[in-house]
Order: sequence, then C-alpha cells, then structure tokens
Amino acid sequence: MSSDPVLTVPAAPSAGDLRTEEMLLNMGPQHPATHGVLRVVVRTDGEIVLDCEPHVGYLHRCFEKHCESVTVLQSVLYTDRLDYLTAMGNNWGFCLAIEKLFGPELVVPERAQYMRVICQELNRIASHLLAIGTYGMDIGAITPFLYCFREREKILGIFEAICGQRLNYNYIRPGGVAYDWDDRMVGMIKDFCGYFRPKVAEYDDLLSENEIFVRRTADVGVLPLATAIQYGCTGPVLRGSGVPRDLRKDQPYGIYDRFTFDVVVGKGEKGTVGDCFDRYICRMREMEQSISIVEQAINALPGGEYRSAKIKGKIRPPKGEAYTRIENSRGEVGFYVVSDGKEVLYRLKCRSPSFHNISVIPEISRGSMVADLIAIIGSMDIVLGEVDR
Amino acid sequence: MNRQQLVDRIKAQFGDRVLEAVPDGLEPFVRVQAADWPALALFLRDQLGLDYLGCLTGIDRGKGQGLEAIYHLEKMDKDRLGIAVRIRVPYEAAEIPSVETVWRTADWHEREAWDLLGIRFTGHHNLVRILCAEDWEGHPLRKDYRSPDTYHGVKNNVV
Repeated sequence: MSSDPVLTVPAAPSAGDLRTEEMLLNMGPQHPATHGVLRVVVRTDGEIVLDCEPHVGYLHRCFEKHCESVTVLQSVLYTDRLDYLTAMGNNWGFCLAIEKLFGPELVVPERAQYMRVICQELNRIASHLLAIGTYGMDIGAITPFLYCFREREKILGIFEAICGQRLNYNYIRPGGVAYDWDDRMVGMIKDFCGYFRPKVAEYDDLLSENEIFVRRTADVGVLPLATAIQYGCTGPVLRGSGVPRDLRKDQPYGIYDRFTFDVVVGKGEKGTVGDCFDRYICRMREMEQSISIVEQAINALPGGEYRSAKIKGKIRPPKGEAYTRIENSRGEVGFYVVSDGKEVLYRLKCRSPSFHNISVIPEISRGSMVADLIAIIGSMDIVLGEVDR
Repeated sequence: MNRQQLVDRIKAQFGDRVLEAVPDGLEPFVRVQAADWPALALFLRDQLGLDYLGCLTGIDRGKGQGLEAIYHLEKMDKDRLGIAVRIRVPYEAAEIPSVETVWRTADWHEREAWDLLGIRFTGHHNLVRILCAEDWEGHPLRKDYRSPDTYHGVKNNVV
C-alpha cells in the first residue's frame, strides 16, 4: 500500500528523449496476409518499410525428386499440387512436354484439344476469382470475397462433374484428357457462360469503383517494366506493367490460335502503369476474355476421341530433352523434362511463375508503408505450392 | 533474326569457344565452358537483346559427365526468340560464374541449383540454401544422394 495516493504524471518527453531505432519484423510464415506459408523479414523504421526479404521453402516437398522415382503418369498427379489453384494448367504444361518428346507421331485428338482449352480457361477464371476475392479481403473488403466464391463454386462443381475432383484434377493426361464429357457436362458449361457474363460488372461495382480500394492500390507498389523483365515476372504481373506478353498469343500452344481474344494490359487507369491496381484490373478483364474463349470453344466442340489411342498403359517417352511452357493464371509455367527412354523421367524441372513474382517484392516495396506491403504481396497473387515445389 | 542467325552471331563472336551448337531440333542450345559464361551472358543480353532468363535447370548427368546448368534465355517481345545455354562442370570443381547481375532473377535460381544440386555459383552475393532447411546435409537431386535416417530426431520412415 502506497502512503502517497497522489499519482505522479510523467513529464512530456522532449525531442532529445525520443529514441528511434529500426526494427526487424517477421511477417509469417503463419500469417493470413501472406497467402500461404511465406515468411517476409521486414526492416522497418516506424511504419516505413526500409527493406524486406522473402524466405521461401516452408512447403518444399521434393516435387522434382519425387518425379525421378514415380512414373510419368504418376507425375501428372504431383503437378496438380504445384499451383493448386490452377491445376489444369500444370497438368497441361507437363503433358505438353511429354507430348513434345513423342514428337509428331503422337496426335492429340481435336475434341481433347477443345476440352483442354475449356478446362484451362474455366480454371483461370476460378483462380482469378480467388485472387481478386482474397485481395479485396487483404485490404479490408470482405463482401467481394463471398461474391467471388459463389461463382468459383460453380466452376468447381463443373470440374467435380467432369473429373470427380474440385482442386487437384489430374485430368489432362499425355495424349488427351482422362474422361469424356456427356451432354449434361456440356450443358453445365454453356449455362455457366451465360450466368457468369453479367457477374463481372458486379465485382467492378464492388471493387474497381470502390474509393477505398482504389486509394489502397493505385500508385502503390509500382513495378517498372524493365524491373519486371529483369526478375522474370510473367502473367498479370508483367502485363500489369503495360506489355502484352501472353504465350497464348505469342506462341500459341494447343489450339489457342483459333480463338479471338484480347491480351489485357495495365494502362494506369487509376494511377501509374504497373501499380497494384493495374495488376488487379488485368485479372478482372482477363476473366471476360476467358469466358469468351470458353464460349467459342464449347460451341465448336467436336465429337470423336478424347484421348490418343497411341497412349495405352505405360508411358515411355522417347529418349530426349524438351522444355515447354504455357500461360497459366499466374504466368509462365515451364517444364524441362529429360527422358532416357524409361517409364520414369531422368529429370524434371518446373519453372513456376510465383517463384519469380515473389522475388521482385523487395524491389517494389522499399520505402512503402507496412500496410502497403500487404497490398503489394496480395497483388502478386502468389501460390506457395509452386514456389517451394 | 531467326534462331539460326542467332547461333551464327554467337559463333562469329566466340569462335572455338562455342563447344557445341544445335540451332534446331527439340531443344536448341549452345554449350560453352564455365569460364566463358560471363562474357557470353553480357553479349547475349546487350548485343542480342535476350533480356529474359526464363528458367535455370540444374542436372546431374551421372558418372563421367558431371553437373550441368541449362539457362533458357529469351527476348521478351512478340517473337520470343531464344536459345538455351548449357554449361557442364565436373563434380570435383562444380563452379560456374554467377550471372545474378546480368539477369536479377538468376539470384534465386542459382541458390536453388546450389541447394538441390551443389553447383557453386562464384561471385553470388548470398549463395545459401533456398528450399531445403539451412542445416540440411547434401544436395538431394544428385544421383548419388542418400536421404538421412533422421533429421532433428524425426525418423525417416521411407523404406
């Protein structure tokens, strides 16, 4: 018990008493705003980010090593788990590499080509929906997330119908696809096209025209084009910086040369070219292009075989090496395969877009506020599954 | 410019130092020695405009062959003209000059190749493991790699 009941009020600090120092902060690895298990060590001066360094590897599960011990067909299953939000694209990229080894003697049937395009574009929409929804949530807008998941659910329902899986499809296989579609599935996809078209306007109202969202993203995390190329950025991250580089146009794989669509680029609508808003709006506009591709493809879907008769049972790619890449939701996914003629590949290397997109984060976040760092990481739309492999 | 002309220009500049050049086929590439790589890298970027390092693959080619690094380079424009550069080094001197200052993205890729294959990139500012734990032993993608029996007391139950 104090004998003196009077509380002493500390004197107001003078400028000389204030001591400021830099602080090292660990963001993650378990943090909702890092979209997975990413650890970012941030050196801060008050609220300013002086420097930051992403540490990856928390999800490393020896994907490449595994694929040296399982067969080619079993490896397709592991590619699902790279970018688990766009598994169709990973399947396709890997299958393209195997098909390249087989050369012109392996012809993927027309029907399968159309099915692949439809699957990948639907998957791109699902992935962008998740990117946009969670991005809004990072910045404090919870409602768009629920709207986005409502539509994404429909796409996952379609995938569930065609291959029994909602996330890790293992559907596109060397030489074609795993299962054929019946009229019901084609009907589901056609219905979805009509359903989805007007929805993009809803997201625009909720986010693109939302004053708070625009202020949090415009002029934040500006990624200059030269820096983006230096760091190997691809996909919406590169296109957000204002250059129309899209493998679907530049080096059409599959049958992408048969469809009409535009490559969306960032124009600095609300701020500077290459800011967080541009990366976001690229994804938004790409969904419109994707649904148009799906419409064109589903209306032209031919009959016939859905997988090549040449691929039966065990797959033994001919001896050789091949590098292929495709335009996935997050950018270029590349597969370098080395086969020595056996059922099991000698070496498989995966080039993942998020690996590059993460590495540029320190470059564009120096000098920004800590809260903006969240906006920057969110705008990169990273999936740690493909970074850590 | 097409790929043949690209390879011709490399040959014209580097002559005998280009050990092997395959301008067509499944996987076009040129092979040089590790010592010539920094000069070639700058030539490719500044003279031929290959500004985009798409992928760096490390491979253990097996006994008698050594380790190999494959760089997939491209010009980031409509045509995406590109070439792969292969560099092979023996196990006992697995060293390749770093090109992280030529293409910034090489920084993380070289760390990955060091981590998984044990190729030492000389001149790299921070050549530490990137995917495996810091105290992991060995380089898992080497063909003679044996996984440890235990790691920090956790048993390896893989038969």
